[in-house]
Amino acid sequence: MISTSTVIRAAGLTKVYSLGVEKVHALRGITLDIERGSYVSIMGPSGSGKSTFFNIIGGLDNPTEGEVFLDGTRYGDLTSEQMAWVRCHKIGYIFQSFNLIPTMTALENVAIARIFYGRTPREARDDAARVLTKVGLGHRLDHMPSELSGGQQQRVAIARAIVNEPSVILADEPTGNLDLRTGAEIIDLLGQMKSELKITVITATHDMKMLSASDVVVWIQDGNVIRVANRDEVTVEVGTIDGQTLA
Amino acid sequence: MNTSSQTLSVIPNQVTVSWAVVLNVSWGSLRRRFLRSIITMLGVVLAIAFLTYMMMTDDLVKALIALKDDQLNVLLQKAGVDIFSGGGRDSMMILLIGLSLLTCLVGIVNAMLMSVTERIKEIGTLKCLGARNGFIVQTYFVESSMQGVLGTLLGMALGLIVGIMVGMATYGGAALEHFPVGAAFKSLVIALIMGTLMSVGASIVPAYWAAKKRPVDAMRVEE
Repeated sequence: MISTSTVIRAAGLTKVYSLGVEKVHALRGITLDIERGSYVSIMGPSGSGKSTFFNIIGGLDNPTEGEVFLDGTRYGDLTSEQMAWVRCHKIGYIFQSFNLIPTMTALENVAIARIFYGRTPREARDDAARVLTKVGLGHRLDHMPSELSGGQQQRVAIARAIVNEPSVILADEPTGNLDLRTGAEIIDLLGQMKSELKITVITATHDMKMLSASDVVVWIQDGNVIRVANRDEVTVEVGTIDGQTLA
Repeated sequence: MNTSSQTLSVIPNQVTVSWAVVLNVSWGSLRRRFLRSIITMLGVVLAIAFLTYMMMTDDLVKALIALKDDQLNVLLQKAGVDIFSGGGRDSMMILLIGLSLLTCLVGIVNAMLMSVTERIKEIGTLKCLGARNGFIVQTYFVESSMQGVLGTLLGMALGLIVGIMVGMATYGGAALEHFPVGAAFKSLVIALIMGTLMSVGASIVPAYWAAKKRPVDAMRVEE
């Protein structure tokens, strides 16, 4: 039985891509439990399988072998309609390139997620306005994404990810397209949302600043988890982190 | 460890959003991609204008031949009309109309496929937010139908105006005086049905193609 404190369980995940006759093993059997309410950073160089792992635990891609459980539900058992429900109700996604819908205002970008949740358009707009105000964008509700700075766009994306109060936020390189200061603000905001809303935050990142906000750091290399460490076990040195050369 | 039997019944199907939301999203997308929408629509406008013009000219010629007026017959023959054949729609004209419709169909399908390709990331993002495949199909369907119907109406107007103007330039006031209102109305209805059916039909394939995109594509596509 999966412990109730485990929000995501990955069991024996493998992923094999076929490139012509060649087979690429992106994941080679990853097993990992993620505790509810924790802030987990997944570190790893490009090509380590980090993004593949991320997409699979987020229900965006299927593993070749292995299983993923979210709140005790196995993805493999769900129909596409149920999977859409899970994505909407249980997971908030944040992307490196923000992925706002360019033809919708900040408010509409957040409200559409709320409409998929089952709220009426009017309720959805009220909720969206409330959450956007919470992330500091109460004065930018009717701006189009192109009229917002990178940091503001990522705040809209965070508002969109939390508006349905999911169990998990999956953030793929959320600071990758932001300058240092804005990146730090976004990390703080994610940490704040984690504490306030008791949401589990999982980030895939190269960003060393993430480490100070993380409860757990998972290193992935060549499709395997090579190390899982709690924050207090990680020492940051210039050029390396706890002996791991920076990617 | 298998908890699926307890949890499967707990996970419901994703909710279906109302048509009002679909219309709103489609309209927003058309309005805010105005230039792109206009270019797509232009393909429909030109094809339907051509179709309308051809049918309109044919209606007018038939009406003028029926008058059996000597002066008009001279003008008709000058314009290259075989007044003894009764002005029926010959195979050449049907071929021309068919070709213009085919061009229009390919144009719309191509424009919609391009629009889907450009927006794969957007579609993936919407699916990450919990959009059902049906929602993606509906929005693309509504969007291309709106373009199709509006394009058809504009094309009809353009074809009608050009048809009347060319008729007047060729046959003078008689073209307006003996304008076959009933037959022209019938031709306009045919153009409306053809244009609408074609643009709606042409949007079905890209819409389904769009809906089948996996959300993982949202992450893969680079800016």
